Amino acid sequence: MKLTKTWAAPLFASVLAATAAQAETELTVYTAIEAEDLARYAETFNAHHPDIKVNWVRDSTGVVTAKLLAERDNPQADVVWGLAATSLLLLKSEGMLEPYAPAGVEMLDPKFVDAGDTPTWVGMDAWVASVCYNTIEAEKAGLTPPTSWKDLTNEMYKGHVIMPNPNSSGTGFLDVSSWLQMFGEEGGWEYMDALHENIARYTHSGSKPCKLAAAGEIPIGVSFAFRGAKSKADGAPLEIIVPSEGVGWDMEATAIVAGTDDLEAAQKLVDFTVTKEAMEMYNSGYAVVAMPGVAKPVKFFPEGLLDAMIANDFEFAANNRASILEEWQKRYDGKSEPKG
Amino acid sequence: MTETTANGQPYLRIEGLWKAFGDFLALKDISLDIHDGEFVCFLGPSGCGKTTLLRAIAGLDLQTKGQVTQAKKDISDLPPSARDFGIVFQSYALFPNLTIKKNIAFGLENTGRSKPEVEARVTELLDLVGLPDQGAKYPAQLSGGQQQRIALARAIATNPGLLLLDEPLSALDAKVRVHLRHEIKELQRKLGVTTVMVTHDQEEALSMADRIVVMNHGVIEQVGSPTDVYREPATLFVADFIGEMNQIPATAGASGRVTVGTSEMICKPHDFGNNAPVIAAIRPEDVIPHGDGARSPGGEDVIATPENAFEVTVDEMEFLGSFWRCRLASERFGEEELIADFSINAVRRLELATNKTMIIELPEDRLMVFAPEDAR
Amino acid sequence: MTDATALPDGPVIKGRLSRDDVIMRLGMVVIAIYLVATMVLPLWAMLSKSFSTFKFDLSGYEIQVSDEAGSFEGTILTPAELNAELGVLELGDLDAGSDSRMGLTQFFPDFSFRSPVMYRVRNTTDAGRFLVGSELKTGTEWIELDSNTFRRVQMRPVKSTGLGNFVSYFSTPALFNSIKNSLMIAVISTVITVTLAFWFAYALNRSCMRFKGAFRLVAMAPILVPSLLPGIALVYLFGNQGMIKELLFGASIYGPIGIVIGSVFFTFPHAFIIISTALAISDARLYEAAVSLRSTPWRTFWTVTIPGARYGLISAAFVVFNLVITDFGLPKVIGGQFNVLAVDIYKQVIGQQNFEMGAVVSVVLVVPAILAFAIDRLVQSKQVALLSARSVPYQPTTNRKADNIFLGYCVLVAVFIVGMLAVCQFAALIKFWPYDLSFSLKNYEFDRMDGGGWGSYFNSIKLALLTAVIGTCVIFFGAYLVEKSNGFKTGRAIFQMFAMLPMAIPGMVLGLAYIFFFNNPANPLNFIYGTMAILVICTVTHFYTVSHLTAVTALKQMDREFESVSASLKQPTMKLFSRVTVPVCMPAILDISIYLFVNAMTTVSAVVFLYSPKTTLASIAVLNMDDAGDIAPAAAMGMMIFYTNAAARIIHLILSKGVLTRTQAWRTR
Repeated sequence: MKLTKTWAAPLFASVLAATAAQAETELTVYTAIEAEDLARYAETFNAHHPDIKVNWVRDSTGVVTAKLLAERDNPQADVVWGLAATSLLLLKSEGMLEPYAPAGVEMLDPKFVDAGDTPTWVGMDAWVASVCYNTIEAEKAGLTPPTSWKDLTNEMYKGHVIMPNPNSSGTGFLDVSSWLQMFGEEGGWEYMDALHENIARYTHSGSKPCKLAAAGEIPIGVSFAFRGAKSKADGAPLEIIVPSEGVGWDMEATAIVAGTDDLEAAQKLVDFTVTKEAMEMYNSGYAVVAMPGVAKPVKFFPEGLLDAMIANDFEFAANNRASILEEWQKRYDGKSEPKG
Repeated sequence: MTETTANGQPYLRIEGLWKAFGDFLALKDISLDIHDGEFVCFLGPSGCGKTTLLRAIAGLDLQTKGQVTQAKKDISDLPPSARDFGIVFQSYALFPNLTIKKNIAFGLENTGRSKPEVEARVTELLDLVGLPDQGAKYPAQLSGGQQQRIALARAIATNPGLLLLDEPLSALDAKVRVHLRHEIKELQRKLGVTTVMVTHDQEEALSMADRIVVMNHGVIEQVGSPTDVYREPATLFVADFIGEMNQIPATAGASGRVTVGTSEMICKPHDFGNNAPVIAAIRPEDVIPHGDGARSPGGEDVIATPENAFEVTVDEMEFLGSFWRCRLASERFGEEELIADFSINAVRRLELATNKTMIIELPEDRLMVFAPEDAR
Repeated sequence: MTDATALPDGPVIKGRLSRDDVIMRLGMVVIAIYLVATMVLPLWAMLSKSFSTFKFDLSGYEIQVSDEAGSFEGTILTPAELNAELGVLELGDLDAGSDSRMGLTQFFPDFSFRSPVMYRVRNTTDAGRFLVGSELKTGTEWIELDSNTFRRVQMRPVKSTGLGNFVSYFSTPALFNSIKNSLMIAVISTVITVTLAFWFAYALNRSCMRFKGAFRLVAMAPILVPSLLPGIALVYLFGNQGMIKELLFGASIYGPIGIVIGSVFFTFPHAFIIISTALAISDARLYEAAVSLRSTPWRTFWTVTIPGARYGLISAAFVVFNLVITDFGLPKVIGGQFNVLAVDIYKQVIGQQNFEMGAVVSVVLVVPAILAFAIDRLVQSKQVALLSARSVPYQPTTNRKADNIFLGYCVLVAVFIVGMLAVCQFAALIKFWPYDLSFSLKNYEFDRMDGGGWGSYFNSIKLALLTAVIGTCVIFFGAYLVEKSNGFKTGRAIFQMFAMLPMAIPGMVLGLAYIFFFNNPANPLNFIYGTMAILVICTVTHFYTVSHLTAVTALKQMDREFESVSASLKQPTMKLFSRVTVPVCMPAILDISIYLFVNAMTTVSAVVFLYSPKTTLASIAVLNMDDAGDIAPAAAMGMMIFYTNAAARIIHLILSKGVLTRTQAWRTR
């Protein structure tokens, strides 16, 4: 015993000293932000708070939401930074989020802040549905560009459209929920019935349809504007189409997970996420950010996108999510691949 | 059965031993004393329980019931490692990846011996088993007989009080086997170690053992010296299992009388009642041939017991090297034939040949009577 | 001499245990507890989860309604009473998922959100839950709401137990259709793989063609890659921009065709090994007899060759069937809209947070897997009997024409296998298929993609090494204990059963079971959740059976009496174990470790539910990058796994040779 103490004590002290010198706190941050942006976001944040290390857990919206819900009795995350507001509403309804009004929250557009007395989440930017259209492949297939959602049900596009599965993809869900809101419950399902006839397949993630369109695997991918702009910047022969009826959108938002080990650090992180600098950071990919007056036009972003954004009812989306997904699965999942 | 030797106390005492495998009883109430320095063979056909008994003594497979006492100590429930014995298996069980030296030294390590002591002991043992130059080789590089000797050396390395040999020679070919028999016996005599050997080979048992324990169906049929069990078998099983034996269905008369076929003969005393069905038995070499020239020149051909002499016809003759084996037919036996071994001299002098008739005699002190096997 | 025939009464002798016996039994108990904690209990947790359902409890809420002036007269209503009166809902409508919610206004036919009527709502028990908008309300306090807000009240379901999940599974065609799909895919893939592998093995064992060694090597290559990789190769070959998509004549690779081709690729080596072994042991004397009876080659083939290899063929068929039906990676990548059971589990759990339904699909998937496994075991036990026959190995004779045909066939198969891998490597190096075909290493910048970047790759290597080292120790020691300890028969039989179980449990099922078991805060082992430890444990358990059987086979070849000799020499069993058993079994031990290493590198199914941000894995990265549409980087990472495994194999070979010359010197006379 004595021996153990004699060597253990200095060792313990030196470990303490080492941690004190770096004074490093680690936060586990769940996110659905595009993988290529993660490092940039963390770097910008660390410029202000070098003492807080961000450990990203990145997956598609559905997966991150599932993970959080699965861990509801034993949360692993400290902060959620960059997840669909619909999902955060779901978490809120499980009592999983810690209400917190970050410093400077009053600078944000109230639409982008949770409506509680103390908000449980704050928005970052809006993420907007769009259609990625590969001009080269479309021409090969003899297609003309669609201009509206309804156009996509045209027989011409049979087998040429890919969209994300709303069960796993946030983008997929915002498409479905926007159609239900725009066309009404009945009209929405009718529309999807018709669209389903043209869909080649449903993908797991929301960015994949656009990446597949960019790679020419499919002429038309229902995805979101940000992804389209990125692929276009990479040199893909893409056109980003904003359907004329309007487009669904969701917010990327931030929240603290109730029961975090380090509330103080989590609050520092959330404070940062609503600063002007953070907003400018989001703006490099997203044309709409939560703080009015910050956004500058984004390269390759389609025109008229902002005007096309529908008035989204997040509560409708969150509270009907389960039943919508169930209905969707019943109708479209598991059918054998449409012949095309 | 409990004999005592000079020092009065058996070295190993087995009392009321039972072993059950489920419903099957492999050993039934075995009791046996083995004396210090004795060489005992367990002999019997496969499945008779001899190996089970050996493994119970070693503690490798515990008996279900009964007591084993070794050197006055009750070892009935001790694990093998707490008992005092060395063992050699049919497979030798030499460690294939260790050299001969390391195999022998295996049991000497961790026993308080210094390295040079271990080394010296290993050299001594290699000399003892006559393989002084093989220490650096691996077991697979030795012949079967050599491997057996190494296994023996390993087993006696720590000077155990008891040496157990489980069919140690049966994996070897006949010549080596005969040679090793003598070596093992020699070694045992030299070391004076109490030894128990299991074998199914009667020749092995007869030539090596001080005492033989004949077993069958989980019971001891007879315990005795090799000559005892050969000359005076206690049961028909022993008589049949060891050596050759003519067996003729017969009817018992008064003690010392037995009726074979139509005629009554004089035999060894017995206590079967009149008219009890029995088996009359005689070894082929005990049959005495009579006739001109049956005795060496000058000797007189005398029939000692006329009741036991009768005429037979030689039905078949088979030359087996040192003697002739003859099948003899007689009216008395009906269909049964009698087998008799005659010396080469006797055959020549009597000018025996197939289909010849002759007189034979079954000596009364060699004609035995047993209960039929299935009556037991 | 007593002629006793019955055991006397009295106590049976109970042997005292030696220190070695105690150590061995303790060791066995420890490993048995390990298997219980890492397999039996998680599976139990999963099974109970499949029976855990959710229901709306209409009697769990109380409501008061005011008059137009807003004053309450005190009548308390429950939705249950209201429903009994109005008949709005039937019993089945009350079944729910964990995430379901249901409004209250349906029980008030004359409800209007503009009305000045006020409402009060509360839970009747502390366990009750409802939402106002997104606000969770628990407790039994009355909450007063105006009409417009009352509209936003949503009941939440409560937990209950029953067969509800199974009922809803079998009444949802989207779900139970997968059973048919899975079976179909498995059967077709099995027939094709076994046929192809049979002729390949036949050519290698029964002809005199050249390059046999090279073909053998190529045939084993698919084992070194995750099952997702052929899917990626197929996208590049037959996708809409595929290099040779014309060969499909317009059919789509995304679906059953893709799954079958990919399955044939990744199950080929497994079938090949088994059938090749079966053909190698066939008895030449039977062929000599056939020749002397002037049987035609065709007749000989059907009367001698096929019956001789039949156990191998059956065994191979069931192994392939099991691999295909439980595989998740391939249908995930190339399956398109064609749903199969393994992917359903993933979709239910990862996509829809419906853990209960995931558990139900798992239970459904376990049934064919266990059946296939059981039949395979049965057949294999017969094969052993065949092996022990004293036979003369068959020596093929040269037949130029046949040899050339076989060579041609083997070349085709080899081109198929090598081609798939080459396509992946090629795609990984292309800048932007199909529009920019210049070479670039851009796709190796994993840190810019999903899946955890290069960190995943190094995590995978760490996992593979840990699995190989820890797994080999645990499994070999466990096999030793069960094979060589004395007595304790029941204990050993139970242990043996536990050791066989993992093979019958699909990886997806094991992974899901681990979530249920280890992610429960009440579980004292909860702390390993999200660590490398749980990945190692899961992988060791997942691949326990084959390793255990390898160890047992090697141990069975050891003389049974070594332990007896050692005990008689009063040496500790552990000395025997380290000095003799381990060195003699070293070839088997090395085989186990390379098996575990390779599988830890390629496994996806079990760990996909268990990785955490710090423990992302290369194989999962392939999956995630493909999911995100980054197919070329996925191919690049897949090939990294291939090269790593190939390197590990080579190191294993060198190591085995070195170790063999050192520890197995005794083998050479």
